[in-house]
Amino acid sequence: MSTQLADSDTQTAGFTRPLLLTPAQDRGGWLMGHAGLAALMLVTATSVVAVGLIFVFIIREAWPFFQAQGFGEAVSGTDWSPEAQGQERFGMLALIFGSLYVTAGALAIAVPVGILTAVLLSDMVSFRVRQGVKPIIEILAAIPSVAYGFFAVLVLAPLMQERFGLHTGANALNSAIMLAVMAVPTIVSVAEDSLWACGRELREASYACGATRAETLLKIVIPAAHNGIIAAIVLGMMRAIGETMLVWMASGNACQIPHPWYDLTQSVRTMTATVAGEMGETPKGSTHYHALFAVGLMLLTFSLVLNLLTEYLLHRARRSSGGHA
Amino acid sequence: MQLNWRTLALALLAVAAAGIHQSAVAQARAEKAKPTLQIEGSTTVGPIADEFTEAFGKLHPGVVITVKKTGSGDGIAALIDGRCQIATSSRMMKLEEFKKAVEKGVVPVTHTISMDGVCIIVHPSNPVKALKTEQIKDIFTGKITNWKDLGGADKPIVVISRDTSSGTYESFTHFVMGKDKMFEKVEYVNSNPQAHSRVETTDGAVAYVGLGFVDAKVKALEINGVAPSKKTIQSGTYAFSRPLFMFTNGYPELGSPVHAFCTFHLTEKGQEIIDAKGFVPVTNY
Repeated sequence: MSTQLADSDTQTAGFTRPLLLTPAQDRGGWLMGHAGLAALMLVTATSVVAVGLIFVFIIREAWPFFQAQGFGEAVSGTDWSPEAQGQERFGMLALIFGSLYVTAGALAIAVPVGILTAVLLSDMVSFRVRQGVKPIIEILAAIPSVAYGFFAVLVLAPLMQERFGLHTGANALNSAIMLAVMAVPTIVSVAEDSLWACGRELREASYACGATRAETLLKIVIPAAHNGIIAAIVLGMMRAIGETMLVWMASGNACQIPHPWYDLTQSVRTMTATVAGEMGETPKGSTHYHALFAVGLMLLTFSLVLNLLTEYLLHRARRSSGGHA
Repeated sequence: MQLNWRTLALALLAVAAAGIHQSAVAQARAEKAKPTLQIEGSTTVGPIADEFTEAFGKLHPGVVITVKKTGSGDGIAALIDGRCQIATSSRMMKLEEFKKAVEKGVVPVTHTISMDGVCIIVHPSNPVKALKTEQIKDIFTGKITNWKDLGGADKPIVVISRDTSSGTYESFTHFVMGKDKMFEKVEYVNSNPQAHSRVETTDGAVAYVGLGFVDAKVKALEINGVAPSKKTIQSGTYAFSRPLFMFTNGYPELGSPVHAFCTFHLTEKGQEIIDAKGFVPVTNY
């Protein structure tokens, strides 16, 4: 016992701090510890509270609209003419359709491209190529959306008209392509990280069993990384559905459901573009003002539902794959 | 003693916060002491008023100006209620409004600050040179959807409008649409230059912009036989033209900020701004 103490004494010879705290120091330490915890909690709570407050604020501003107009016309009507004196119409169906339409179009392009790129970078090229290419792809995410918008209006739109004979270059296809370009870096980055994280052991075990590279990729690595891949797709989807400036510039903003519905070469208008384009000049407190908040609420609800849905699917997939995370 | 640096940091933070608060209070007091100028009204005149405010702020740094764009009627109502010193308007005051103003002891004085002319533009290759107001209305309501019905090539019309919150949209609605709505295929862009570049790059497009945005890359159509120009817009022979106003309560005291603002359109800078915003300055030369 005594020798141990002596030992520890010699070990802490250079340590001048007294081991015994005075009651004041003890209280001080307790206080500072809890103050620190409280401060960190506060910082963390800020973002949670912010989300809550955003919801409260938007619901409060949207409520008068639903009270006056009801849900029926908002979700079933396609006529959005908020400024027509005496015959205002607030049908949001075309806007909702527009948002989902360009998002689906963007994902149809960005998901295969993004995931295939991620597979190539993680498993098929040398480490040095990966280290060089990945940052370049990620730079795409750093370009401001208004720059993409300029490209869409001044380059892609005339190209579509001249080369492909479309009547108008500002259309759903244009927006979908540009949104795909914007979503690809997110998808590549997250998916590649999760493929990479599967580790060497898994791949080598597969090769050791005699599997080819294709078999290893398709049957081992991709299934093992499916969580991250789904997360990548969700993030890409959120990027696309929430994008505003680009769709406001590139989609043409015609308030219609294309006819026939699968015709991507017609103009559509998204919920985000409507809010961004009309909010600035709308008199505060008017029906139009509240209607724009109702559109915002729809958008928020949509992204929330999509988020929860993918969470649920992820959860189910996780359980069926035997708890592998 | 070991906690001292924390105490010190906290004390410093408190002092800094108090300092910031102090200076903020002082600033707020200074703002309050400055003369303020409330401007309210037309969304059409709004962009001019905004630019005037910016240029004006450099010349008269002591004046705090707020510009609200709520609509001509709201601006005039605000002037009558004494909620603003200058009401901007894209129309003359109505007799009812005038009576109400006089009842409340307000003498509305009109300042004509510029002319507003909306030009209909198409791609230079489009053979159509002139249209009538009714035909333009039919294009924007979707009754006419192909240029061949207007004497052009067999090509669908791509109809482009400004966003519904812009002053130009408001002017166009006033001149052409009346009570009718645009049809659902109309595309919307959010600035005059964007409308211009869409028409420049699209064969079948038609759009409307202020005269300041018409150049050789697009073609402005004759309306009811009159081509848009400064002259025709000023004289009103061009169909889509109207004066824009500012109203004040009595003629503003000479040398006051209100007077300076209401006569700003006569200065060189003011005329430049009006030109740049796509409107036509009121001049005799």
